[in-house]
Amino acid sequence: MEILGLLADGFLVALQPTNLLLIIVGVTLGLFIGAMPGLGSVNGVAILLPITFLVPPASAIIFLAAIYYGAMYGGAISSITLGIPGASTAVATTFDGRPLALNGRASLALVTAAIASFVGGTVSIILFTAFAPPLASVALSFGPPEIFALMLLAFATFVGLGGDDIPKTIFSICIGLVFAAVGFDEISGAPRLVFFDISGFLHGVNFLVLAIGVYGIGEMFWTIDSTRGKIETLNPKMTFSGILADSKEGMKQGWMGTTIGSFLGFFVGILPAAGATPGSLMSYGVTKLVSKRSKEFGKGHPGGVAAPEAANNSASTGSMLPMLTLGIPGSPTTAILLGGMVIWGLTPGPRLFTDQSEFVWGLIGSFYVSNFFALVINLSFIPLFIWMLRMPFTIMAPVIFILSVVGGYAATRDMHDVWLMLAFGFGAYFLRKLDYPLAPAVLAIVLGPIAEPTLRQSLLFSSGDPSIFFTRPIAGPITVIAIILILLPLVKVILDRVRGVKAPADA
Amino acid sequence: MRRAEIITAGLLALFSIYLMWKSAELEVGYIPDEGPGGGAWPFWLAGIMLICTIIIGYNGYRGTSPPSQSTEPLLDAYGRKMLLLVGGGIIGFVGLVHIISMYGAMFVFLIYYLRLLGRHSWALTMTLATAMPVIFFFFFEALMRITLPKGMKFTEPLFNFLNTIIY
Repeated sequence: MEILGLLADGFLVALQPTNLLLIIVGVTLGLFIGAMPGLGSVNGVAILLPITFLVPPASAIIFLAAIYYGAMYGGAISSITLGIPGASTAVATTFDGRPLALNGRASLALVTAAIASFVGGTVSIILFTAFAPPLASVALSFGPPEIFALMLLAFATFVGLGGDDIPKTIFSICIGLVFAAVGFDEISGAPRLVFFDISGFLHGVNFLVLAIGVYGIGEMFWTIDSTRGKIETLNPKMTFSGILADSKEGMKQGWMGTTIGSFLGFFVGILPAAGATPGSLMSYGVTKLVSKRSKEFGKGHPGGVAAPEAANNSASTGSMLPMLTLGIPGSPTTAILLGGMVIWGLTPGPRLFTDQSEFVWGLIGSFYVSNFFALVINLSFIPLFIWMLRMPFTIMAPVIFILSVVGGYAATRDMHDVWLMLAFGFGAYFLRKLDYPLAPAVLAIVLGPIAEPTLRQSLLFSSGDPSIFFTRPIAGPITVIAIILILLPLVKVILDRVRGVKAPADA
Repeated sequence: MRRAEIITAGLLALFSIYLMWKSAELEVGYIPDEGPGGGAWPFWLAGIMLICTIIIGYNGYRGTSPPSQSTEPLLDAYGRKMLLLVGGGIIGFVGLVHIISMYGAMFVFLIYYLRLLGRHSWALTMTLATAMPVIFFFFFEALMRITLPKGMKFTEPLFNFLNTIIY
């Protein structure tokens, strides 16, 4: 009951006219920043941080949290309408969002994304409100072996799906992981995989460079080639009844993805150093794995939009948890928020909830309010996004190419990366034609920087003994599930062979 | 596409070997008290890639993978033309960024794509080709404080003038 009283106080803070205005402005700004390829919540929060020194700390963090929320919603928009992930957190939304848009169901994808985001946000805020302190200690019990086991599970969900060619899927995961290893060896500090001594490789391969190359450039070549340049934009005009019908269909087909994304996203979000991007990719993989219609994923299934969208919103709230309770940021954006809190004179940590209760509960109250406004503002902009899709393809295509080039540059501010992105685009086009799945490579380049150090630290703890991944109480079961998933396709192949041999004998 | 499948697998196998060789510049084994060497992770991953490419190539040779069963060529005449016109156009666009700035290159690329490839009217082409760089300039330089490439030195006076407007 005490929590409800504190939450009510929080709502009073969030609903003060200044704070309400900041929420609405923040969500709208975030929506457009998130929709811009190459720019994510981290850019919005970083750029607008200095402005917040003009208002009290509670209003400041409410404004930044609203931008964060808006950007989470916005990332899906360019993933669906243009096929370019607006932010790293929306990469997985592209997998099914873009095919839906190409099939004339962009409105279904956008509405599903908005509703899933809202549900994910709401579930995570409720979890946050009720379980903040105990969950923070659970997150702390995740050491390197547990986090590596979780990463292994993420890769395993992609391998175990069975739909794609297994050697090609494993190849795709490995190449993504190798690209993630380019730059410096984090532990020894030695340069690593600096191809032909080109200095641009020293800062590594930014995952957005690969993601935009694959989905912005490569996918566009493939679309133009496969449709012979005659792309019909079938997306009909939006009406209120249309939005209602899409909402119903989105909820019906996307409920499982939304549920998985909401809970898994939150949990991955609270793990230090994980954040919303791995959360959304893992939720997509798990939803595809457990869905009865997993073969439709990647071709335009609303569940494939709902899962990552619910997850990235849920994870964005989740990543606030270690920041507020322990002072450990769960994502780059929360790292900047943490910096802001220090500047505002607040000390993050367990005492924040008691010493600055008005600030904390005002923030939690603002999560609820921001989430509601983000849904309303997002839904009201959907007709505009659909209108953009109705433009002739010969206008859309150069705009997408320009956004890809600018997005590739904005990610790292290095022209080397733009050329690299083009190379990835051409490579992705040919590999796509030969049925190489490319989503696992994007997943791997995101998770690589988490997977490698945790593996190395774990092996260092155990003096090189890999049994550490099996003997620890949390890591053990996760590793076993991951291995079963990886072996599943192999068992299927063997069973099919056995049946194949049996069948003629029976006949 | 069978030949393309086998040749691509071969090229990717060579790339995997190159990655293994490149990773081996750092220690690829286990160093006592230090853990796995800096090159171990990419080295063994590239090793798995090599095994995968061998299986992919073998499947292609046996004709069991879908692309190897297809009789269509990897690139037909349309695909080649598309790559030349669209792909070449983008390469030209990125090349021009180094010379006439991101905004100048955008202007030229939009004229090329809208007028020559899209066959849109001059009025629409020029409106979009002018409006987009202007919108991008104010969004990135003024609002987001992100400077996009300005090309070679001769563009300086123009950008100096524009900067006086936004700062």
